[in-house]
Amino acid sequence: MNTNELKELSEKIVEEGKAFKKKVCVCCGAGCLSSGSEAVLESMKQTIKDKGLESTVQVIPSGCMGPCNQGPLVKILPEETIYEKLDGDAVEALVDDHIVKDTPQEDKLLFSEYRDKPFVDSREDPFFKRQKRIVLENCGRINPESIEDYIGVNGYQALAYALHRSSPEHIIGEIKLSRLRGRGGAGYPTGFKWETVYRHVADQKYVVCNADEGDPGAFMDRSILEGDPHRVLEGMILAGYAIGATQGYAYIRGEYPAAIKRFEEALKQARKKGFLGRSIMGSDFSFDVEIRIGAGAFVCGEETALLASIEGKRGTPRPRPPYPAESGLWGKPTLINNVETFANIAPIVISGGTAFGEVGTPKSAGTKVFALAGKVQISGLIEVPMGTNLRDIIFEIGGGIPGGHKFKAAQTGGPSGGCIPEQHLDHPVDYESLQELGSIMGSGGLIVMDETSDMVDVARYFMEFCVDESCGKCIPCRVGTKQMFDLLTKIYEGRATDIDLATLEQLAHVVKDTSLCGLGMSAPNPLLSTLRFFKEDYIQHLKDSALANV
Amino acid sequence: MPDKITISINGTEIKTEEGKSILSVCKENDIHIPVMCHFPGLTDVGACRLCLCEVKGYNKLLPACTTLVAENMEIQTHTEKLKEYRRVIVEMFFSERNHMCSICVANTNCELQDMATEVGMQHVRFPFLNQECAVDASHPKYVIDHNRCIMCTRCVRVCSEVEGAHNWDVKNRGYNARVISDFDQPWGESETCTSCGKCLNVCPTGALWAKGSVQGKLDKFPEKITDLIEKRGIH
Ligand SMILES: Cc1cc2nc3c(=O)[nH]c(=O)nc-3n(C[C@H](O)[C@H](O)[C@H](O)COP(=O)(O)O)c2cc1C
Ligand code: SF4
Ligand code: FES
Repeated sequence: MNTNELKELSEKIVEEGKAFKKKVCVCCGAGCLSSGSEAVLESMKQTIKDKGLESTVQVIPSGCMGPCNQGPLVKILPEETIYEKLDGDAVEALVDDHIVKDTPQEDKLLFSEYRDKPFVDSREDPFFKRQKRIVLENCGRINPESIEDYIGVNGYQALAYALHRSSPEHIIGEIKLSRLRGRGGAGYPTGFKWETVYRHVADQKYVVCNADEGDPGAFMDRSILEGDPHRVLEGMILAGYAIGATQGYAYIRGEYPAAIKRFEEALKQARKKGFLGRSIMGSDFSFDVEIRIGAGAFVCGEETALLASIEGKRGTPRPRPPYPAESGLWGKPTLINNVETFANIAPIVISGGTAFGEVGTPKSAGTKVFALAGKVQISGLIEVPMGTNLRDIIFEIGGGIPGGHKFKAAQTGGPSGGCIPEQHLDHPVDYESLQELGSIMGSGGLIVMDETSDMVDVARYFMEFCVDESCGKCIPCRVGTKQMFDLLTKIYEGRATDIDLATLEQLAHVVKDTSLCGLGMSAPNPLLSTLRFFKEDYIQHLKDSALANV
Repeated sequence: MPDKITISINGTEIKTEEGKSILSVCKENDIHIPVMCHFPGLTDVGACRLCLCEVKGYNKLLPACTTLVAENMEIQTHTEKLKEYRRVIVEMFFSERNHMCSICVANTNCELQDMATEVGMQHVRFPFLNQECAVDASHPKYVIDHNRCIMCTRCVRVCSEVEGAHNWDVKNRGYNARVISDFDQPWGESETCTSCGKCLNVCPTGALWAKGSVQGKLDKFPEKITDLIEKRGIH
């Protein structure tokens, strides 16, 4: 397929879409699937057929819409009305009311239990109003298993532009201009990484997509892959073109069978249409992608461990330098980026780096997807401009703390991050400000805690995770995390003294400074940040032990 | 010919060549850096963290064994912070499994014991984890006592890189990680072990030894293995 054919196909798809008066998207994201959306989809298809509406109403399964706890969700376009908590039996009445009689069913509208007057146009609801969707723009609106749907929303236009009207240098230049930073946690500038790999001369280079997502409670990358797999794939192909690679690997967690299936399907469709494989879109650029399935070890998300795993070795990290950009898969220059990073590429190529950089803060451009969870009224998948403050995320988007409880801490970055107290809620969320607060952006986990949470217990929970997930290669992490966990347990159970607390703190610094990879280096973060902002919780436990020993 | 470069170690200027590790440059210049997982001639893995150095311009400590020197590098090998960290690391080793020297075959011939003296360890500030570890004496000639193992993986590497047998590997994660024979079978049932004994000679502690070894009188010939590697031109 060449550029003109793509354009014609895209126009044709859009035209065909216009034949339908309405588009009904049934959310088949992980959350909605688990609450029974498959039955809703079947029932919806059947009802539309039975009522003879097939020629005017299109029904599709879609990716995640965001408010995962309210599922199964159904969104009706073009009016953007979302209905919640549906089941197969509710579908007929809904179709009768909303579609046939054109009167929305108030009591089934999204967030009807929280809002005095729920919104018929979901975009007006505070949950969506504060968000900005770049990465998730197609998620929940297209059928992830249909390449035509993706082409209908300008899919593969960025690739066509790159191949026929641009150059690798120009694409890298745009990525640099955009100031995009890696969404996998560390926030390394993506354009510089691409340029480094581009500059290394080698007979073979590789592109790797890190879809290992092992943080407890995180499901950003999963939702992107399940909801818009072609977007990620297009980003990978563009990367291959820019750095001069011919082979890509997507390393996807085995626990994500739907993501694997949909990505596999996307690969097949893209090959068939000539976006993947030999002479892509009639150019002299060839590139293909294979899936590698991870076995669920958190450490395999660390880039060098991931590469070892792809090579068929035990998934343990190795010291860097050399960085993968210089010596990665089988010793060849390798570009490794996160799923969300790749999902940002096509929009940058289409709208230009400068325009992309207008969203966000000077140092952190664009948006960030978060998995909002814990003690908030509304949890789920959200995407906000970088620089949005935590207070807005938790109280506006998340609707605040339920049950009349008081906010205590926001945890970002999972087991590698920290806990942010009330007095810092107005800090804009970006890489630097979170780091200043002893936390990290991480891949996007955001857990809200209320005053019933004991921060010693929180630190202990994350430390236990690191003990279990430490690969065991280097001594500070292998033994240090276990010793810190035991000390935290001792404090938690009221058996500790001041000396234990001092030992714990010293150990935390040694493990942070001497561990081989990011897992060990950041394992003390939850502990150190709770010690910094919630020392009173620790003191209380020490007092309890002093009393117990009287 | 590798490029000639100038670096500085502990404030002294040193002329050397690109492509060498910090550790090997230190060795050539009689600067002693403590090492545990490093064994001359085997691939370095950077696991024991004892050789960590401070390098100007890096916000992380870098292992001397795996970090290559570069023009104008400024390296510190023995700052107070590094010495303190090394002491804590050795304490972690002692706390991990059973390292009671008085009842160990390797007593007085043990790199871990020597390391404790070198870094000035006086006590272990952490509770002993008292892990239950197996002793496998199924091999006709040799014994592996996991209680003494510090997971340096020298045996794994010598077996695969020098003997080419790859009997040894690692199973499990974190502090549950263990060295295994073949697919976690008793050593005596290994189909790959050639009984060459190389692993015994590179083991820094009393984890691997020949049957009949007497407490405090363990024979080890690590230099023979190094010699062999050099003569065969491996690497
Ligand atoms: C223990 C550990 C786990 C990690 N897990 C992930 C992960 O699941 N997904 C990811 O994209 N990056 C993960 N990373 C970060 C990667 O090492 C790497 O920095 C990232 O994939 C680079 O992509 P980016 O530049 O697009 O962020 C992890 C790092 C560490 C230390
Ligand atoms: S820091 Fe932990 S996970 Fe990383 S290499 Fe060391 S033991 Fe393995
Ligand atoms: S000798 Fe360098 S880390 Fe062990």
